[in-house]
Formats: sequence, structure tokens, C-alpha cells
Amino acid sequence: MSNAPSLAARPAASLHRFANPGRFLRLSGRLLPWLAASAGLVLAVGLPWALWFSPPDWQQGETVRIMYLHVPMAWLAMGGYAGLAVASAMALVWRHPLADLAARELSPVGAAVTALCLATGSLWGKPMWGTWWVWDARLTSVLVLFFLWLGHAALVRAFDDPERGARMGAILALVGALNLPVVKFSVEWWNTLHQPASLTRVNAPALHVDILYPLLTCAVGFTLAFAAVVLLRVRAAVMERRIRALQMAAARRAETDG
Amino acid sequence: MSLHWWHVAISYALVLGGFAALTGTAALRHAQARRVLARLETRKRA
Repeated sequence: MSNAPSLAARPAASLHRFANPGRFLRLSGRLLPWLAASAGLVLAVGLPWALWFSPPDWQQGETVRIMYLHVPMAWLAMGGYAGLAVASAMALVWRHPLADLAARELSPVGAAVTALCLATGSLWGKPMWGTWWVWDARLTSVLVLFFLWLGHAALVRAFDDPERGARMGAILALVGALNLPVVKFSVEWWNTLHQPASLTRVNAPALHVDILYPLLTCAVGFTLAFAAVVLLRVRAAVMERRIRALQMAAARRAETDG
Repeated sequence: MSLHWWHVAISYALVLGGFAALTGTAALRHAQARRVLARLETRKRA
């Protein structure tokens, strides 16, 4: 029989190389300035393009400019939650210590972008639909997603034992991932006031390139900014964990000396 | 400014303000952690 590691062990071994805090801080420290600079650069192009240089919609007028914020926030809310589920699975299956920290630091940022998705949707809905809110399937499932993000952020911080909190949070994140297909397909499964997907259709996108390109630019810019914020928070959390370990060691030394 | 532009302006203010707040608080926390860690590691080496 071969001595090669099993298929399940191989990704775990390569991922655990990044569990070393020193290596993670070194690599992420090199990546972060590039991530932040590219986010700033792409948004510096995308936001003025969306706000001033893209054409108004023939039906919605200037209000269509809210789409350049609302759609990226919705994608980040869902994509970020998929990332949370992946990190939670890694934490549960391979006990990857950075996956726990990443999930813990991801959820407040995910909750914030989901709140921004709901707020911009409401601000877009009022002039277009004549109402700030309806209990249709898309809006309600995104509200559930917001509560899942908030629930995860609260649950991982609710236990004295951080490992137990992380495990409970990971289970919640994985169960909550069942809501993602409901959000995505709610506009097809039910009759909703919210419009069906325009961009991620199987055939061609329904958007004209004058609207599609600034939308994609804003989406890339906000995704890079989201990644930079999460990475900055994970770096801070790794350093705080090291600080706690050093303080505990110093306290133990002082106790032994005393 | 029309009502439509008001809604657009509030949306941009909310999103840009939200991201600025997220970035600002993360950067402050990161800077503080780095400062404390540097101090503790210097003391440990000494």
C-alpha cells in the first residue's frame, strides 16, 4: 500500500500551513496593501461612473443608480455567507484554527453589508413600488439572512469557552446555508414584487452594457473592499490571541515567582 | 434636488459611510493590537 496521504488529509495538510500565526501575518501583511489599493482604485473608477456617467434608465430614471450599490451588497451578503459556511465546514472537519477566527471576524461585516442591502433596497423600492417594504419571498429571505449573520456574530461571542462558541457558530452557519438557495430562487419559486434576476440568467444578461459595466466595476470594487476589511479584522484577531497568550504566560510566571 | 436624487444620495452616503466605518474601526483595532504586541514581545525578549 502507498504511504501517500489520503485525499481528505491532503488539503487539510496544505491549509494547516497557513494556521501558523507568524506565517499568516507575514503573508497577509504583504497582500493587504495590494488588496486595499486595488479596492480604492476600482471604486474610484466605478462609483463616479455609476453616479454620473452611466445613463438613467428609461423607466426608473435616476433611481437606477441605487442598483450599483444594492446589487453588489446583495452579492456580498450571499457570497460572504457561502464563505462563512465553507470556513465553518473547515473549522468543524479539519479543526483549522484560522477558519474559526475568519468566521468570527466575517460575520459582523456580513451583517453590515446585508443591512446595507436591505436599506438600499428599501430606498430603491419606495419610489419604484410605492412602498418601503413588502413581505414577499425575496425580501423576507434576505431579512432571514441578516438575522443569521447577526445570530452567528452573537453566538460565537456568547460562550466563555471560545472553542465551544466557534463550534456552535459553525453549526448555525451550516444550517443557515440552506437559506441561500431560497434567497437565490425565491423570485422564481414564488410570485414576488421583487424583479427576477437580470444578470445571472442562464441566457444573456438583460442589462445594456452601459449599465452592466459600471455595475460589474462596482461589484469588483466592493468585493475587494470587503475582503480587505475582513483580512484586516482577522489579522487584528490573530494578534489579539497572541497578546492574550503572552499576558497569560506573564501572569503564570509572576504567580510562580511570587 | 428631486425625490429620486435624494434616495440615490442617501443610498450612496449609507454605503460609503458604512464601509468607511467598517474600515476605520478595523484599522484602529489592528493598529492597537500591533502596538500592544510589539510592546509585549520587546518585554519578553528583554
